[in-house]
Amino acid sequence: MTYVTKLMGAAAALALSAGAALAEPALIFDLGGKFDKSFNEAAFNGAQRWAEETGGSFREIELQSEAQREQALRRFAEAGSNPVITMGFAMADPLSAVAPDYPDTKFVAIDVTWLEAPNIRQIGFAEHEGSYLVGMLAAMASESNTVGFIGGMDIPLIRHFGCGYAQGVKAVNPDATVIANMTGTTPSAWNDPVKGSELTKSQISQGADVVYAAAGGTGVGVLQTAADENILSIGVDSNQNYLHPGKVLTSMLKRVDVAVYDAMKAGIDVETGVFQLGLAEEGVGYALDEHNASLISDEMKAAVEDARAKIISGDIEVVSYYANDTCPAVDF
Amino acid sequence: MDKMPRWADVVLIPLISLILAAILSALVILFIGEDPVAAVKLMVTGALGSTYGWGYTLYYATNFMFTGLAVAVAFHARLFNIGGEGQAMLGGLGVALICLMVPWPHWSFALVGAVGASMLFGALWAVIPAYLQAARGSHIVITTIMFNFIAAALLNYFLVNLLRPVGSMDPASARFPEAVHLPTLHELLAPLGISFSKAAPANVSLLVAIAACFLVWALIWRTRLGYEIRAYGHSQTAARYAGISPMRITVVTMVISGGLAGLMAVNNVMGEAERLVMNATEGAGFIGIAVALMGRSHPFGVFIAALLFGFLYQGGAELALWTSIPRELIVVIQALVILFTGALDNMVRMPLERMFLAIGRRRRDRGEGAPLPRPTPAPLDKKE
Repeated sequence: MTYVTKLMGAAAALALSAGAALAEPALIFDLGGKFDKSFNEAAFNGAQRWAEETGGSFREIELQSEAQREQALRRFAEAGSNPVITMGFAMADPLSAVAPDYPDTKFVAIDVTWLEAPNIRQIGFAEHEGSYLVGMLAAMASESNTVGFIGGMDIPLIRHFGCGYAQGVKAVNPDATVIANMTGTTPSAWNDPVKGSELTKSQISQGADVVYAAAGGTGVGVLQTAADENILSIGVDSNQNYLHPGKVLTSMLKRVDVAVYDAMKAGIDVETGVFQLGLAEEGVGYALDEHNASLISDEMKAAVEDARAKIISGDIEVVSYYANDTCPAVDF
Repeated sequence: MDKMPRWADVVLIPLISLILAAILSALVILFIGEDPVAAVKLMVTGALGSTYGWGYTLYYATNFMFTGLAVAVAFHARLFNIGGEGQAMLGGLGVALICLMVPWPHWSFALVGAVGASMLFGALWAVIPAYLQAARGSHIVITTIMFNFIAAALLNYFLVNLLRPVGSMDPASARFPEAVHLPTLHELLAPLGISFSKAAPANVSLLVAIAACFLVWALIWRTRLGYEIRAYGHSQTAARYAGISPMRITVVTMVISGGLAGLMAVNNVMGEAERLVMNATEGAGFIGIAVALMGRSHPFGVFIAALLFGFLYQGGAELALWTSIPRELIVVIQALVILFTGALDNMVRMPLERMFLAIGRRRRDRGEGAPLPRPTPAPLDKKE
C-alpha cells in the first residue's frame, strides 16, 4: 500500500509540475502485448509521441488474462487516470460494466463502436477500405496472378480485413486467385511467427507471389519468410515497410497511433461519442516511404489514389464482411 | 532408515524449491534495474493486503483448485491428463448452453444445473482419450493435448457461428440472464457483517471447489474405487491380477478428472465473466499440472498450491499495473516457480534425501535410537 501511495504521490507531483495535465492518461494493451510490431505497438508509438512532445507520462498495462480487463479498468479509474484508453474489441463488455461506475472518467475504446455510454470515446476503423487499396497494389504487383492472405485468429474482424483485400484484388484483376489462410483458432494465433512462416511457404508453393498478413505478431514470420523466399509481402496496422526494405510492398495503415495521440492530447476534455475513421478521415491507408518507393510505380500509385477518391466519394463501395457475415470475393 | 521423514517430503522440499525460485526471481528483477524488495511488497499487499486483493487471489485459486484436482486424480492412476484446458473449455460450453437455454428461477438451481452440465461436458471430452488409451493404447498425453486444440476449434466454431449475438464483433456468447448471477463473496459475507470488496470476482464456486477437495480426498482414500485407482496406478499388472479392470479404471478415472476440469467453468464462465468468451480458460488447465505436482496429488496440497498460484497471478497483475516490470518477466517469475516445484523437483529432493539418509546412518552407527521401521507396510500413497 505504502509503495502504491508513494507511486501515486510521485505521479501527482509530476502531473502538478507539468502544469496543464492534472490527470495521467492510462493505456491498456490487449493480450497481444505492447511490442507486437502491429496493433498494440501502434498505440504505444502514439502514446510515446505524446509523452515526448508534452513531457507528460502515462500509465500502461499489458493484459495477461481475461479477468484483468475489468480489473485494470477499475484500478486505473480509481487511481485517477484520465482518459483511460483501451485496445481491442474485447474490452467492449468490461467497459460497458465499468464506465457507468466512473462517470467523471473518460474512456477511449479503440475498435469498439456499439456501446451506449456518455463517457466513452469509441473509435472504429474502416479496415476493409484500407485493405481494398493494398489488395489493388498486390494484384498489380503480382506476376503469377495469385496472391495470399494470412489472418491471425479466425474471427469476424480478420475476415473483414481479408474480405476488403480480396475485393481490391478482384477489382484490378477479376481472374486473380486469392488464397486465404488463418493461423489458428486460439489467441496464440496472434503470436505464432513460426506458423505464419509455414503458411507463407505453403502459399508460395501454391503460386502466391504477394502475401498480406493481418495477424499481429504472427505477421513478423510471414514478412520474414516472404523476404527470404524473395516474394513480396504486405504489413498491417503499423508501417512495417522498414522490416525488410524492398521486400515489403506496402503496409495497410490503421492509424491507431493517431487516435491514441489525439486522445491523450485532448486529455480529460476528450470528446466522447462514436467515431468511424475511414479513408476520408485518414484513419486507414497504405504506407509509402523510402523503403518501398521502388516497388510502387507511378501507374500503381495513380490507380490506387483514383480508387481512394472514389471510395471517399461513394463511387466505389467496398462491401463490409459484417454486413451479412459473408464475403463476395473470397471464401474463408 | 531408508526414507526421508514425511514432513520433509511434504513441507521441506516445496519450501526449499519456492525459496530457490524466489531468489532467482529476485536476481532477475534486480538485473532489469527494479527493486526486488519493493516488488515483493507490492505483490503481497496487492494480492493479500485487502479484501479486493484476496477476492482476485481466491478467484484464480478456485480455477486452479479444480484443474489441480483434475490432474491429481488422474495422477493416482498414473494417467497424465494434460487436457484440462480443453476439458475446462468444453465445461464452459456446457455452462453457457445451460445458462442461456434454461430459464432458471434462482441462482441456486442454476448452480446445480451448471455443475452438472460442466462436469458432463468436461467428462465427455476426457472419455474419448481415455477410451483410446484403454482400448487402443494411444498414449493419453498425446491424445489429451491434441484434444485441447480440437476443443479450441470447436469453441471457436460455436462462438463465432452459433452463440454470438447478432451484430456483435466479439466472438463471445450473450450475457447470461440476471437470474443465474452467482453471489460473490461480497454478497455472501455481507449478511455475516463482514464487508468484502465488491469489485472482486471470487464467488460461491470457491465453496464448490473446497467441497470438491473433500470429495476427492474421500474418493481416493476412503472408497473402494479410490483404492482401485491407486492400486492400478502403482502396478497395473498387480491390479489386473487382483481383478481390477484396466479399461474400467482408465475410463472412470478420466471421467472424474475431466469432470473436475470442466467444473472450473462454474467459476470463470458463470461466476466471473457471466458469458462465454473465447479465451475463457487462459492456461488454467496447464497450471493445474503444476498445482497437482506441487500439492503431491493430495487434495489438501492442491488447495494450498492453488492458493499460492492465485497469489502469484494476482500479485503479478499488481506488478504489471504499478511497475514497469514487463509482463514477460512476470511470466518468467511464475514459470520459475513451476520449474522448481514441478520439473526440478529431484534437484532438491535427491541431495535432501541423501542428507537425511546420512544423518540416519550416523545415528544408527552411534547406536542412538534409530527410528524403528514401521510394522505396517508402507501405505499406497507413498511415492517410490
